[in-house]
Amino acid sequence: MEVSSEYAVQMHGILKKFGVFTALDHVDLDVKKQTVHAILGENGAGKTTLMNILYGLYQADEGGIYLNGEEVKIATPTDAIKHGIGMVHQHFMLVENFTVTENIILGDEVCGAAGVLDMKKARQEVQALVEEYGFDVDPDAVIEDITVGMQQRVEILKALYRGAEILILDEPTAVLTPQEIEKLIEIMHDLIAKGKTIIIITHKLKEIMQSSDECSIIRRGVYMGTVNVKETNETDLASKMVGRNVNLTVEKTKAHPGEPVLSIQGLTVKDERGIDQVRDLNLEVRAGEIVGIAGIDGNGQQELVDAITNIVKAQAGTIKINGEEVQNTTPRNTYTHSVATIPSDRHRWGLVLPFAVSENTVLERHVDEEFGAGITLDYDKLKSYTTELIEKFDIRPSGCEDERMSGLSGGNQQKAIIARMVSAAPNLLIAFQPTRGLDVGAIEFVHKTLIAERDRGAAILLISFELDEVMDVSDTIAVIYHGQIVGTYEQGTVDENELGLLMAGGGAK
Amino acid sequence: MDSIILLIGITLMYSTPLIFGALGGVISERSGVTNIGIEGMMVIGAVAGASASYFTNNPWIAFLVAGICGGLVALLHAIASVSFAADQTVSGVAINLLAPGLALFLCRYFFDGAAMSPIVEKMPKVFGDSWMAGTVYSNLNVNVTTIIALLLTIATWFVLYRTKWGLRVRAVGEHPAAADTLGIDVYKVRYVCVILSGVFAGFGGASMTIGIISQFTQTAISGHGFIAMAAVIFGKWTPFGAYGACLLFGGTQALTVLLGGGSFPIPSQILAMLPYAMTIIVLVLFVGRSVAPKADGVPYIKGSR
Repeated sequence: MEVSSEYAVQMHGILKKFGVFTALDHVDLDVKKQTVHAILGENGAGKTTLMNILYGLYQADEGGIYLNGEEVKIATPTDAIKHGIGMVHQHFMLVENFTVTENIILGDEVCGAAGVLDMKKARQEVQALVEEYGFDVDPDAVIEDITVGMQQRVEILKALYRGAEILILDEPTAVLTPQEIEKLIEIMHDLIAKGKTIIIITHKLKEIMQSSDECSIIRRGVYMGTVNVKETNETDLASKMVGRNVNLTVEKTKAHPGEPVLSIQGLTVKDERGIDQVRDLNLEVRAGEIVGIAGIDGNGQQELVDAITNIVKAQAGTIKINGEEVQNTTPRNTYTHSVATIPSDRHRWGLVLPFAVSENTVLERHVDEEFGAGITLDYDKLKSYTTELIEKFDIRPSGCEDERMSGLSGGNQQKAIIARMVSAAPNLLIAFQPTRGLDVGAIEFVHKTLIAERDRGAAILLISFELDEVMDVSDTIAVIYHGQIVGTYEQGTVDENELGLLMAGGGAK
Repeated sequence: MDSIILLIGITLMYSTPLIFGALGGVISERSGVTNIGIEGMMVIGAVAGASASYFTNNPWIAFLVAGICGGLVALLHAIASVSFAADQTVSGVAINLLAPGLALFLCRYFFDGAAMSPIVEKMPKVFGDSWMAGTVYSNLNVNVTTIIALLLTIATWFVLYRTKWGLRVRAVGEHPAAADTLGIDVYKVRYVCVILSGVFAGFGGASMTIGIISQFTQTAISGHGFIAMAAVIFGKWTPFGAYGACLLFGGTQALTVLLGGGSFPIPSQILAMLPYAMTIIVLVLFVGRSVAPKADGVPYIKGSR
């Protein structure tokens, strides 16, 4: 592609290596002015690396960057800001105890003499910006008190305040409710109308279809081409991204629920600061059904799981598994009641990364007779057992029994956890964010496994921040808001908008 | 009435070194660097102040020298904990172990092997030496360092909350990656703050040896830096909060002096424990509740976000 002033951003032949690993292999990107351009790729494909190069956080080993047809050198974020590039990071870069205004002016402050802040003038400037773009943001609000959607608008304002003409949005919808996503897409189209250019990094196909004009696809660091969004569809994009045909719909038969396995009544859990995170919560999961809990991160999901697994104490209420009360005992007790948990953060809770794969596959089960008598561990047995799991669950690379767990990819680490949990044939399987950070292929595997476990007769409690996942996989959908279940529906009897409203606290109980 | 005036006077006197130390702690921790080495920096300030006063006969110059020496020690802490991302507690402990030895060595070197300095020129009193002499009111004629401590508290507050540098310092202490993406040099901000904290701690040491007593002894600074750190926490990492906390701890120390001189039958060893016991009580009651700057004690490594 020729370098031309028709394009806001052009990146040609970008090569970036981290050690021996090639993150980007001569990638090209051409973004037309005043368009929304999506960059699609699986986790680890290199899309964020490419944008970090554009924003000056990394340096490319080879290749050139052109803005409006002129070659530029971008060595630091400061250079990028000077060239009118703004970036909204996936994890917001906001100081939580600062006000909106303070966050926006930080680093480019409005000052009187001798560096003394002129907050009155700063506030006026921010207010003017808010009005110009029609954002619903209070300049005096403190960040930790406002919603995630508003925080994101503050991030966009930060870039606009610095005169950004090109906005990079990194996975902007990951933390938003459906309503907030709609609002964001509106804002994006507004900004385009006002002359800005937007690059959006995502692996969510639906949003690309809704928001973007063009879409460039990167697969494992290699540029796979650019398509006009109007001339394509989701299935087509998915297969381009993964490199094979992917089944995007979850296939399952009707559930045949049996007796209740998990029943929670009046559960209240406080966090370490003494604030109620779970309030008087009631929930039931029956054998042979998947109950999915939809909700935005931080509404008590973590505390709920921690209480069931006895990692934290419950202040009030009962948790019964197969009719026996287990609350306020020990994690071991939960385990002996045949409960298996896929934790939300596999590095923090699920695995011991420096341990061998074989050692990891028997965490929790190491005390079972099967793996050794008395205080000893039978390492030969461990290894042969692991070999079995590796074959059955297709954990790669095969023959990795003695490898360190940290050497496996995220998807294979997750498979290892699932293999360990499922092979115990639990009565209750808790899956907390089971597809976090996984690519489309691995997600397909996780969903299939959950449904297979259900059909075996296990009760499944699925907790996810991805609304689509909850809606596709669950037989019963419950919405958690502010530590309470605020609505329960059969699958297929509720739409995304209704759930989204409840997740944001918009529904009556 | 007399004993109240006495109590106020002694409280102001004893809280002064703590206030300098605590301000140092506030400014360092607000930028995200835990500075447990305040104690050591105060010890160095104490010996530097007394020695410089001895050789120059000018306590004002000596006071500045003490600040510079404290700042130099802090530079070590900054190099270790900011540039090399070392564990900040370990680096601070190392300074606390190093400083008393270095101070004693310097003292013996300057004063012919003596473990304490001769009597040196002190900083002046606010109203001159003869004001109300002989009456109980002379206790209110505080050392000029007490006033400097108050002014420095106001100045620190103003810089932290009313200037762009303060905004940047607080941002770096809360969310360094956010500051970095906006073109703020996290390392530079932290270096400046850590060095300043050493300068303040140096002032604190000097305000003991050329403010309260007029010589350096090995026990001149004994735990003042740690009490100052407790004051930082109790004062919720704000300059005025720390100032108030230091007054409380200074007041406890004053009470020790008053009760010791009175007719109460309390062993002096028990009384001497009061300020330290108070520190522990306050920490137990308040540490869990006050919230430190989010990035306090976490080294910032570019690119790991």
